[in-house]
Amino acid sequence: MDSVFLFGQLFTGLSVASLLLLTALGLALSFGLMRVINMAHGEFLMVGGYLTFLAAQAVGPGFLWLAFPLAFVGTALLGALLEATVIRRLYGRPLDTLLATWGISLILQQAARQIFGSTGVPVTAPPWLNGAVTIHGGPLDSLTFPYVRLFVIVLALVVLGGMWWLLNRTRFGMHVRAVNQNREVASILGVNTRRLDLLVFALGAGIAGIAGVGLAMLSPVNPTVGAAYIVNAFLVVVVGGVGSVLGAGAAALLLGFVTALAEGLTSSSLAQATLLILVVVFLQWKPRGLIPTQSRALEEG
Amino acid sequence: MNRVAQPILLVVTAGALLLAPFYLSAYGLTLLGRVLALSIAAIGICVVWGRGGILSLGQGLFFGLGGYSLAMHLKLAATPKGELPDFMVYNGVEALPWFWVPFVNGPFALAMVVILPTLAAAAVAWLMFRRRITGVYISIITQALVLAFVTWLNGSQGLTSGTNGITDFHTLLGIDLRGEHIARNLYWCTLMVLGAALLSTAWLLRTHFGTLLTAIRDNENRVRFLGYHPAAYKIAAFALGGLLSGLSGALYTLHLGTISPAMIGVTFSIELVIWVALGGRNSLLGAVGGLVLGQLAKDKISSAVPDAWLYLMGTLFVVVVLVLPQGVAGLLERRKPAAPRRKTLGEVSDVVSP
Repeated sequence: MDSVFLFGQLFTGLSVASLLLLTALGLALSFGLMRVINMAHGEFLMVGGYLTFLAAQAVGPGFLWLAFPLAFVGTALLGALLEATVIRRLYGRPLDTLLATWGISLILQQAARQIFGSTGVPVTAPPWLNGAVTIHGGPLDSLTFPYVRLFVIVLALVVLGGMWWLLNRTRFGMHVRAVNQNREVASILGVNTRRLDLLVFALGAGIAGIAGVGLAMLSPVNPTVGAAYIVNAFLVVVVGGVGSVLGAGAAALLLGFVTALAEGLTSSSLAQATLLILVVVFLQWKPRGLIPTQSRALEEG
Repeated sequence: MNRVAQPILLVVTAGALLLAPFYLSAYGLTLLGRVLALSIAAIGICVVWGRGGILSLGQGLFFGLGGYSLAMHLKLAATPKGELPDFMVYNGVEALPWFWVPFVNGPFALAMVVILPTLAAAAVAWLMFRRRITGVYISIITQALVLAFVTWLNGSQGLTSGTNGITDFHTLLGIDLRGEHIARNLYWCTLMVLGAALLSTAWLLRTHFGTLLTAIRDNENRVRFLGYHPAAYKIAAFALGGLLSGLSGALYTLHLGTISPAMIGVTFSIELVIWVALGGRNSLLGAVGGLVLGQLAKDKISSAVPDAWLYLMGTLFVVVVLVLPQGVAGLLERRKPAAPRRKTLGEVSDVVSP
């Protein structure tokens, strides 16, 4: 394998990892805070993608200014609705939540299939994202970095930074961390945990919506796009350590790179299968993930 | 349901099932047989999830191992001696892959139908429970495993026939699978396996093993402090679930005459679970009944109104979980007035209101 190909694969892996990270962030948040497994989270990604498509239809090539707020607010509202109607009633029953949200994902997928058709709808990236950085000369001659993929990577970095700021530098973030550590005590000290759950869930959904914008620019949006991401996003959460934003970031990078490298070495499907097996093996070594939440509790939900 | 009605209903149902070949149409019989074959996997889910509290979303993996074990033998039996199965020829494979070779032997393949899924389930369970991985982690890991399996199958066109799956079977141990009375005999055979599986599992759950399994579900740490080794019991239960899934997969393959990755994937695995949830995860009969009726309804509704089916199923998932956490069986069970009991500290914490 020559170095140009290798770096190309790594770069692609990085952009895939970015999307994976954005998807997993919301999952890590809601899983960490509420111990809720949201199987419909991938469909938030899908909804974000379709909203981007609609934005592009509505205002033409310079749609990004509209797409981001539309995708974020739209999916966040959908998330809030889901939390208030279904998930709220299932706290403390994570396995049941898993089944119920799977049902919701089926409904959303079918709705998308009927509205937009089962083939993917294409979104053309704005003109200023067409093109690529190409390296001339040196050992990495003619290695290209498409702008669109760079954009997705920057997007993930910005969101990750924003999340870090929100969680570590604001009052809201302090509340989230407090509830994450000990729900009862936080509630006794006056944190409105119900409202916080709703907000965090909506925020996680909104971030997935933003990921949907990035996704729409990389590939056509189809009804099963969410399902394609969800298992890997969950693996990111599990490998990273439940409820850890930093862990999710590290795990997304790890998974993205390993997939990209394995794809370079073998076929795509074998790479995927190997990755999944590797994750199971990894959990033998670190059952609580890369960056586990410290707790003295005997039982964790 | 009261004490008299239940056994009567049971006997009537059993009789109706036994005599089904005499009054059902050919299509109805194959459909029922297929669904009954599937319901053997439901027994496994009832043990693993209902009793053991382990939600595996990867039963399709063991189902597939059982199905493919049999399918490989059937394919080799349908291929003339000295030749390769047709899909290998199309894909330019020149020699029989090593893992196909022993499946030429019929008894070996039949043994593998049982052994392979059991061993795989035991290995997966050993890896997970040894490190005390619990709850949703298990669901995610098992789902990842079934996805890995299906992805590998899809990608290995030349080795496993990929997305097309293995099909076109002729004989099993010299019995012609396209013969006159084969549908009827296969149906009875399935019913027999189902009955045996039901009875032996019911017996097993009444033993000390079953009691401990339930105890582990309700409070694993307490069982551990009592001096038991919970992992061993959970591994045994999971292996049993794998075995039943494997059997179910093999019978299902026989009924359908084909097996493909789409039949055993993530969606299939989770669908199995939801039918069990609908029927009642704690009750063997509830689990089997839920799966059978659910699949029959699916067949009818999805062919009549294909677009509405997914909406209906999605809604059903949500409603069952919200309204009927113990399934229909839980609803039918006569409710004893629950004695008022004090809440423990752990429970109080769940109902903290703002």
